[in-house]
Amino acid sequence: MFTPEMLASAKKVEATRAQRIGMEPRRMTADEKDRLLEEFHPDYKMDSFDVLQIGPNKGDKVPKELAALLQANSRVQGLEFDLERPDYDVDVLIIGGGGAGASAAIEAHNGGANVMVVTKLRIGDANTMMAEGGIQAADKANDSPAIHYLDALGGGHYANKPELLKKLVTEGPGAVKWLNDLGVMFDKAPDGTMITTHGGGTSRKRMHAARDYSGAEIMRVLRDEVWNRGIPVVDFTAAVELILDEDGRAAGAVLQNMETGEYRIARAKTVILATGGAGRLHYQGFPTSNHYGATADGLILAYRVGAKLLYADTLQYHPTGVAFPEQIFGALVTEKVRSLGAMLINSEGEAFMHPLETRDVAAASIIRECKARGKGVETPEGCGVWLDTPMIDMIHGEGTLEKRIPAMLRMYLKYDIDMRKVPILVYPTLHYQNGGIDITVDGQSGVENLFVAGEAVGGIHGRNRLMGNSLLDVIVFGRNAGQNASAKAKTVKNGKLTLRHIEAYAKEMEEAGIVSDKVSPLLLPTYTHGRAKWQAEK
Amino acid sequence: MEKMVNVFLFGKKYSVPAGLTIMGAMEYAGYKLVRGCGCRNGFCGACTTIYRIKGDNTLKFCLACQTTVEDGMYVATLPYFPIVKPLYDMEEVRPDEQIMMQLYPEIYKCIGCNACTKACTQDLKVMQYIAHAQRGEYEKCAELSFDCVMCGACSARCPAEISHPQVALLARRLTGKYIAPEAKHLTQRVRDIEHGDFTQLLEDVAAKPIEELKELYNHREIESDTATAPTDED
Repeated sequence: MFTPEMLASAKKVEATRAQRIGMEPRRMTADEKDRLLEEFHPDYKMDSFDVLQIGPNKGDKVPKELAALLQANSRVQGLEFDLERPDYDVDVLIIGGGGAGASAAIEAHNGGANVMVVTKLRIGDANTMMAEGGIQAADKANDSPAIHYLDALGGGHYANKPELLKKLVTEGPGAVKWLNDLGVMFDKAPDGTMITTHGGGTSRKRMHAARDYSGAEIMRVLRDEVWNRGIPVVDFTAAVELILDEDGRAAGAVLQNMETGEYRIARAKTVILATGGAGRLHYQGFPTSNHYGATADGLILAYRVGAKLLYADTLQYHPTGVAFPEQIFGALVTEKVRSLGAMLINSEGEAFMHPLETRDVAAASIIRECKARGKGVETPEGCGVWLDTPMIDMIHGEGTLEKRIPAMLRMYLKYDIDMRKVPILVYPTLHYQNGGIDITVDGQSGVENLFVAGEAVGGIHGRNRLMGNSLLDVIVFGRNAGQNASAKAKTVKNGKLTLRHIEAYAKEMEEAGIVSDKVSPLLLPTYTHGRAKWQAEK
Repeated sequence: MEKMVNVFLFGKKYSVPAGLTIMGAMEYAGYKLVRGCGCRNGFCGACTTIYRIKGDNTLKFCLACQTTVEDGMYVATLPYFPIVKPLYDMEEVRPDEQIMMQLYPEIYKCIGCNACTKACTQDLKVMQYIAHAQRGEYEKCAELSFDCVMCGACSARCPAEISHPQVALLARRLTGKYIAPEAKHLTQRVRDIEHGDFTQLLEDVAAKPIEELKELYNHREIESDTATAPTDED
């Protein structure tokens, strides 16, 4: 439970609550936002980035932790494989079993392809499963794809690739309908109207949800659909290196069983990378809301075969990660809490910002409150501000919080914190990889026959993603990649397979004077919870 | 000095800091998890765990990522449990009573012991939602089972060998697809988009120079948040 200092501050929050109901804090001007981001957003902390010395993005800055993995040694360097006798031989190989991988699998299957999914954990162990808040789609009368476009473009600092964003917003309603028809239970009014709310930076209420299990509901339906179709899913198997053919086109992957260490070769006519994000790299020491396997593997695999990255220097720190209790430090508190009216309040009981600014602005604003203004609340892990959750039932009526965000309520009740009655402490947590592998609108990377979908893609969201556009993107671009990869597979004749790129990349590293003691992709993080690492490792 | 507690991981004793989750305790002890660890946030059901506290006969089920260690805790993980998943075509099935009889006949062997409910790591009324499934009340089954993370603890305890999470998933898919009322505005919007009704509007906006887009964005009208608040719930 809360410390006495926390309780004293919570009293101040309680004292101002009634007068805050019905009032709307001022939104920041464009200039105010720019200055705030420059001073306090982690993306602007230059000493946390390194400049890449080799590869397609030579000269670009990326987070230090990512640079170390991009410029590291292959896991299979020096090993010999008989690539002409593959263990798996398929049309479409999908690497990753989250929302994008599953959507791609379903569509590739629809396209008549012989498709296989490999995933290093289980299908569904992915950030999609943990997306709580919802999925955007412009399907209400006062809304349109054009309005959705403008919201996402402004939120993304005008850096979104227009053709990708156009596709995202145009196919939004179709994606939600596709999910609905697969049996996803969206929150609906009795007449069938979708219940929609705002997200940070939206100008229309277009956030569709399934309570606060939105991603989980979508993921378990997609997974069930993959199973129902009999699509082979090879789980606990990581892709550790892509395989090209002699013309430099993607043609398979070296796989490794996560438990036995055994290598397997998969040959494919087309490959879809749907490997997700990078939260488990803990950039700048931030905690993360991401799943256990979010280690940017796809970026490493693609970069090594020559695919270009886009905006790999922009990360999303979700403004409301759990700051207390420490057991769930960094876990996500869905933005839906703010969509439903809860305000961000400092230690003095002041609403220091509009609760529905975009995520980058909200995160920077919370960091400023704690670091520069001294109006944060001290926690065992550092600092936090209040998210005034009791406002929700006061605004919408008793029972709303339990009905609309049951996962949050359950998570906190395990630690005897009843968020209906007391506010909760939050601080930004590493949440999303805005950038990723550069693709064209067909889903293909710069390497022919290498398609990418989901969080591993860069460019759709520019330099900052809006809430609810990620679940949308995994569906729209997952399906797109599945459709195009299966169509393309029909035209491909596999040439001779090769892993020559590994030597070539090693040589490039050597010539640039890079000496690394790391191998990549990382696959999984190592945690020891404060116990000295040498003790924990054999 | 940090307060330490003794936990017994698969029977072996380890001393770990009192504030850790069971998952954290395993990692502190030196385990590098591959199985039994997924989202680490209580959504994926990978870290199903069984424990007893020394001196207490009660067998408890939990998610290792969501449960704090206690002194004298005897822990076994259940990273996989074979539950039955028959294949079906969502376009073919219908929300009638026959479908459960066909796909999950074992649900009618429920003996009402309530072990499933007691084992649920999400505190759901599992036996109750199975009863709804038996009666073809899929909407009620879906409602009660909605927060299921499919960890399988219920199935592990069930003497009737029911695969509760899969039964519930079918009920939810039937509800989402066939029982819940159609979102007519969505159907219409998809049709209009396919018809090209929104294409020009979007192209016009996308073609504008950045400075103009900034003006548009900074001065766009934002739908009031308070207007519809009380009416969007039934």
